[in-house]
Amino acid sequence: MRANRRKFLKIAGLATLGWSVFPNLLRASEGGEGAGHVRWGLAIDTKKLNDEVMEKAIVACHKNHNVPHIPDKREIKWLWKTTFHKAFPGQMLDNMHISEYAEKETLVLCNHCDNPPCVRVCPTKATFKRADGITMMDFHRCIGCRYCMAACPFGARSFNFYDPKKFLKSEEITTQFPTRTKGVVEKCLLCYERLDEGKKPYCVEAAEGVIYFGNLNDPESEIRKVLAERYAIKRKPELGTFPSVYYLI
Amino acid sequence: MLEKAIKGSKLYWGWIGLLLLGVATGFFAYTFQMKEGLSITGMSRDVSWGFYIAQFTFLVGVAASAVMMVIPKYLHHYQTFGRVLILGEFLAVAAVSMCLLFIVVDLGQPQRMLNVLLHPTPRSILFWDMIVLNGYLFLNILIGWVTLQAERKGVEPPKWIKPFIYLSIPWAVSIHTVTAFLYCGLPGRGFWLTAILAPRFLASAFASGPAFLILLCYIVKIFAKWDPGKEAIQSLAKIVTYAIITNLFFLSLEIFTVGYSQIPSHLLHFKYLFFGLEGHATYAPWMWVSVVAGLLAVLILLFPQNRKSDNVLAMACVLVFLSTWIDKGMGMISGGFVPNPLEEVVEYIPTKLELLITLGVYAAGFLILTILYKVAVGVKKEVDA
Repeated sequence: MRANRRKFLKIAGLATLGWSVFPNLLRASEGGEGAGHVRWGLAIDTKKLNDEVMEKAIVACHKNHNVPHIPDKREIKWLWKTTFHKAFPGQMLDNMHISEYAEKETLVLCNHCDNPPCVRVCPTKATFKRADGITMMDFHRCIGCRYCMAACPFGARSFNFYDPKKFLKSEEITTQFPTRTKGVVEKCLLCYERLDEGKKPYCVEAAEGVIYFGNLNDPESEIRKVLAERYAIKRKPELGTFPSVYYLI
Repeated sequence: MLEKAIKGSKLYWGWIGLLLLGVATGFFAYTFQMKEGLSITGMSRDVSWGFYIAQFTFLVGVAASAVMMVIPKYLHHYQTFGRVLILGEFLAVAAVSMCLLFIVVDLGQPQRMLNVLLHPTPRSILFWDMIVLNGYLFLNILIGWVTLQAERKGVEPPKWIKPFIYLSIPWAVSIHTVTAFLYCGLPGRGFWLTAILAPRFLASAFASGPAFLILLCYIVKIFAKWDPGKEAIQSLAKIVTYAIITNLFFLSLEIFTVGYSQIPSHLLHFKYLFFGLEGHATYAPWMWVSVVAGLLAVLILLFPQNRKSDNVLAMACVLVFLSTWIDKGMGMISGGFVPNPLEEVVEYIPTKLELLITLGVYAAGFLILTILYKVAVGVKKEVDA
């Protein structure tokens, strides 16, 4: 018995030591499905997009992520409506060509850029790139310096100037997603919590076929097929951030 | 040497009391920000950096300008600056302290500040800014204190301080270069996306810092009854003259490039600042005052006889300070955010609480400056006697 117990303690001790020294090894073996091979992307079909669809998508996103409605210029926006003229500044000026588009509204959100300036500038890695292409936020690490907001060329980031809970009715708060605290930056996280469960983002679900979602690295995916068939544009491609959100026009 | 700071006239203690009151007011205002978050400021989703970061940027320049005396003194053995150099170094200490305070009051989660050390991220320019600013603060305290101590004892400064002094020269340039890199490396912010931002920052720094130092020399002469020396002030005046001309020249280079190329993402910011955009023109009068003050200062400073008159020189220095402060402390930051990336115009106007907090930080900086100057001048007088 004595020898056995000693042996057990030895093995348990070594295992604990190994685990504490190389915790990543263990995590790697858990394996996210094809991590590193996936790059999630969206394609918004602007021909089918209408006000009703946009509202549904925005409500689904903001409601399920406890995004407060703040009625001033310190608002929080994850997914919102704006005109093509504003989403694509400089590209809609020439009325000769796509004149019907300039004042038409479309949806804008975080582009989950492949080369994101916000991640580059963050001094604490509170915003970082996931292996599946999502530009993530760690709300607990963010110091609220707002450097990422200056760096984002799409205005996709919001800062909690207020305590957001002041603008959320307690009966409307979903416990499925964390609320945030004042003094941190937030934005669309491409519904990472749903992707991890094998579901599609809320906006994609609510838009019922108007927004395509899938793996941009997989030529067989639905999104790649629709991108191969139709003409699509990205916001500010000249900046080299490589957005993962496409607009089918 | 610190004991010199606790012996002073009624005027000295009155001034200290006034500054402490300023610090207390600022702190009181800050408690509201702690409670209500940055919502008490005029900043918004669109203009996410405001008065705090602008003051930080301006003061980095004031701090860096000490190098304009270190170079002549230690690389060219220009002994005239030996007498006033300590004032420049202690001004740098006070200015960097204010910079650090402004960063802290700007943070949404200041209690998490040390995350920058806990998760060091060299790809972020903010990480490097933290290193260069703290390093510069350390260098100036060390060099200032050691050289002053040696002077008091009537001996040469120890040899080991020399490498630190030489290091402080590129280090001074680095603090303002890295601060410019914070802005000019951002895609999609056309106003800052220009390689001349760092040189422009340095030129404006070498104008505003020495101009402020000349004013401080006059103040010391009047209130502390210690004369920094006419020649030192005259040499500083020449530096201010060159620097303000260079600064305006760089501004004109910028305006040519942006104005002639007419690329909207760069041009719109200048249009907003100088003429207004979509009916919003809050900053236009200020920006014109900045340009006119700068030009007027050049006109005055160019003529040696003007510089030789103390009153005229002091007035020119006020103009230089005003011009560079408006340019950097007001226009430079909010101008970069308006229009926003969607080319919408959302203006920024600081709130009263925000200005009170700013005042508190300035009061804290002047408190540090006053105490250090009291020590320095006390030692100088002792040596002179």
